[in-house]
Amino acid sequence: MSFRSILFEQAPDLPEPARSAAPQVLADLNLDQVCSALTLGRDQYDLAPYFLTPLHDEAAIYYRHQVLRDLRDSDVRAAVAAFARGLTTMRQGLAQVSRLGHRYQQQRWFLDAANTYGQAVLTLAQQLRDVQLNSAGLVSLREYLETYLQSAEYQQLTASVADLLDRLREVRYCVHVKANRVRVTRYEDEKDYGAEVERTFAKFAQGTATDDRTTFRTLAEMDHVEAKILDGVATLFPELFRDLDDFRRRYASYADDLVMTFDREVQFYLAYLDYIRPLESAGCEFCYPEVSTVSKQTRVDDGFDIALASKLQGEGKTVVANSLQLDGPERVIVVTGPNQGGKTTFARMFGQLHYLASLGLPVPGRAARLFVPDRIFTHFEKEENLDNLRSNLEDELVRMHDILATATSRSVIVMNESFASTTLEDASFLGAEILRRVTGQDLLGLYVTFVDRLAALNGACVSMVAEIVPDNPADRTFRIVRKPADGLAYAAAIADRYGLSYERLRELLSR
Amino acid sequence: MKAHLMYRDRDLGPVLDPGHEPTPVTQALTQDLELGRLWAAMAAGDDFLADLAQRVLLASLTSPEEITYRQQILADAVAQPAVVRQVYDIAVAAITGERKTFFGLMSKSPESRLYRAAKVLEMFSGMLKQLRSVADEHQARFQSEGFRQFFAMITEELDDAYLQTVDDHLKELGFGNGTLISASLGRGNKGAGYVLREIPGQGWRDRWSLGGKPGFSFTIADRDEVGQQALADLRSRGLAGVASALAQASDHILAFFTMLRAELAFYVGALNLREALTAAGEPVCVPVPVAGEKLALTARGLYDPSLSLRLTGRAVGNDADADGKRLIMITGANQGGKSTFLRSVGLAQLMMQCGLFVAAESFTASVSPGIFAHFKREEDATMEQGKLDEELSRMGDIASQLTPGSLLLCNESFASTNEQEGSEIGRQIVRALLESGVRVLFVTHLFDLAHSFYSGQSDSSLFLRPERRDDGGRTFRLLPGEPLSTSYGPDLYQQIFGADSP
Repeated sequence: MSFRSILFEQAPDLPEPARSAAPQVLADLNLDQVCSALTLGRDQYDLAPYFLTPLHDEAAIYYRHQVLRDLRDSDVRAAVAAFARGLTTMRQGLAQVSRLGHRYQQQRWFLDAANTYGQAVLTLAQQLRDVQLNSAGLVSLREYLETYLQSAEYQQLTASVADLLDRLREVRYCVHVKANRVRVTRYEDEKDYGAEVERTFAKFAQGTATDDRTTFRTLAEMDHVEAKILDGVATLFPELFRDLDDFRRRYASYADDLVMTFDREVQFYLAYLDYIRPLESAGCEFCYPEVSTVSKQTRVDDGFDIALASKLQGEGKTVVANSLQLDGPERVIVVTGPNQGGKTTFARMFGQLHYLASLGLPVPGRAARLFVPDRIFTHFEKEENLDNLRSNLEDELVRMHDILATATSRSVIVMNESFASTTLEDASFLGAEILRRVTGQDLLGLYVTFVDRLAALNGACVSMVAEIVPDNPADRTFRIVRKPADGLAYAAAIADRYGLSYERLRELLSR
Repeated sequence: MKAHLMYRDRDLGPVLDPGHEPTPVTQALTQDLELGRLWAAMAAGDDFLADLAQRVLLASLTSPEEITYRQQILADAVAQPAVVRQVYDIAVAAITGERKTFFGLMSKSPESRLYRAAKVLEMFSGMLKQLRSVADEHQARFQSEGFRQFFAMITEELDDAYLQTVDDHLKELGFGNGTLISASLGRGNKGAGYVLREIPGQGWRDRWSLGGKPGFSFTIADRDEVGQQALADLRSRGLAGVASALAQASDHILAFFTMLRAELAFYVGALNLREALTAAGEPVCVPVPVAGEKLALTARGLYDPSLSLRLTGRAVGNDADADGKRLIMITGANQGGKSTFLRSVGLAQLMMQCGLFVAAESFTASVSPGIFAHFKREEDATMEQGKLDEELSRMGDIASQLTPGSLLLCNESFASTNEQEGSEIGRQIVRALLESGVRVLFVTHLFDLAHSFYSGQSDSSLFLRPERRDDGGRTFRLLPGEPLSTSYGPDLYQQIFGADSP
């Protein structure tokens, strides 16, 4: 198989915008945080489009699983990472070329960039020779690199670079400045005058004079005086600078397209592996899920909210894992229970698992079997927004209507506290109506609600409840377990915890 | 030299402190009242004005006298906008001129610093002269205590003798010696590894020619300032520093312009906002601040200026007659203008307490020691807390700062749990706050909560509801009225989903 793309098994085409995920969905699921963390420090690769492009067939997903398994090998990882560092340095150099105004400065940055490129490709190919690769993607890359190294194009490039660099290192010159006049000459062993000058001007020191002379700016740019000096140097060494010009012309587009594409695409994997590595070290398990575009039988063992896990890990804490299962006609998990019991986290986890699975990435959990949806929808309660003059409830209903009009029987929907900002009667009435439509359309989904009776609405609904510790209602286990809704809420206990009961507040304000 | 245009007896100093940053409580107020839109209108594209407006609006004054001091200065600004803007522009020009006077290639070289300090002082001297001539020409037309003192100070302190002293210092400066430096090609072919060299056989100061050596020569034109600077930097690598005193002198003048700009920025921002509202056809008024213990709140045509700036056409104004009222509870239909009213009261209070005009036909209110907002929020993006937990945590932060006379604006607070529990929590908190002397404006759809306060109604409570026309349409006006238990869910559902069959 000839190498095309490390991310896409079939057509390495860029994402179709229409199929990419909606920003609000990612925000609701806190996947925008994951996306930001993945792309942080990787701006040059523009990885977000990949994160926003879920796959829709099993083979494409398993192609990525294979590559990821190879990249888990530390030698393979190290080789690819070193290559990436090389090309980053190269790109920074090329950015200077287009930023800098002076021709001989540009030529030199360009030469150095080409040198960096040649070294990086060679090193990657050499290091891949010594490792065991099993994925179709990386095996074909390795073959491609060997062919490329032998090509006349690569050989000529590297020979020219080496010659020019040697000659530039030999150059020495002198600059003489007086009043407005500057003269540039070859260096001929003139005597060091620094010590003498320092002695001459020491008497101007004002007591505790500080020595400022050690800190000069090291900007890449030259002012026009420096530029003219460099022009002068070029007249002293005409042959060398002519060859430097020729190099830039001949090798204007020296970099290989597929090599460059690989450099960008492989970062998507590395970014994710870098993101989950600290979580794995902290004991969170990730798995390659079994996926299906047909079966909605769903099972997740010890899944967790990846964004929360990452945040908690930063604070030295671990996340609580929860399992779920949908068999037979079961399609919608209805989650009830006390506030701050982990319901929203559980809802996010459900959405994240489906999304990450369809990106072909390892998902947060010990084992998982997941449906690959055509789209994921979220309906989370919104902050009141002055830019939308319709009332909250009307807005929520319109959003819900739009979702149900767009969703297909292959979609996944995550609803969090929908209609919670209206009266109990309204929430109950609207929740039941919407849930009936959701199950009627055979959507796979999850609904977090305060309204107990929705949990037993019909056979497609499965009731799960945020568990509490009976002896200490303010304490939370963050476990979500499968059992009938029990109608308990523990708001008063929490209010007391914040010192907001009548008695404690009076006491506070009468101090 | 102090401008004292924000306080009679002190400058804006502490408000400008980098440490004077928004707390979580003021951040909430900012977000809930959408203060950003107000700052944007005051800024009119100037980030500095926005920052200053933000700081001043959140640093409320608490005495009617302090408020009046600013109101009078603002009245002068409204009467003489061109002069006030001119003085502001002078301060801005001085500050940006200082910033634009770049350090050269070798920013730390003493010669470069000396050169720069001289340029800055020369420019400052011109700006101070401009300020003097504005004062000479216009000060007679200013009435407020603040501006009269300001112009008097300019005339006294910036006399010709002082400005001449500055000019004399500038004439003393001069430099120039030849140097020979060796180098090799460094990163990107830039010169590197500089070593100062002796010119063979000659004193290095006196001789230009290097005999018959092959070379490349050029000259930098006298008018080429960047080139001169670059040369100066090259030449001065070894010279010991003599620039500190001069740099300090310019720093002092810069500090004066910086404070003047900051203090005037508030009034320039006020002019911008006033012009924007006037252009939208909206009225503004000078509010009447009443000492805190009076419990006053009377308004005519009170509107939300943020909303008005965004809409085409005028915002709906509301009247309020709430003198002596400690609790104002607003219930009723969604989309009836409840949140807008709540914001307009909060904004009016904040604007009054920083010395601004108010978005109303008239506004009289007690000065409050603290203004707080507790609005319902979107899911906490940091995930640590559930929604009710997050709400209560915010309320706890606010409670710890409340004092008698504080004003608390609640918008659908405690609605993140079910109605029964939310009402119970709300009842306990509101009752405790009222009895402790806090003033509460509460928008809620929690019927249970509103109804219980209505049933036990006292003279110090006021209940408002959106007006509905006979045809069911909404006017966005609020009228006194008891909380109603109806909700609109089934109506809306029918309206939005009615056409689809389930």
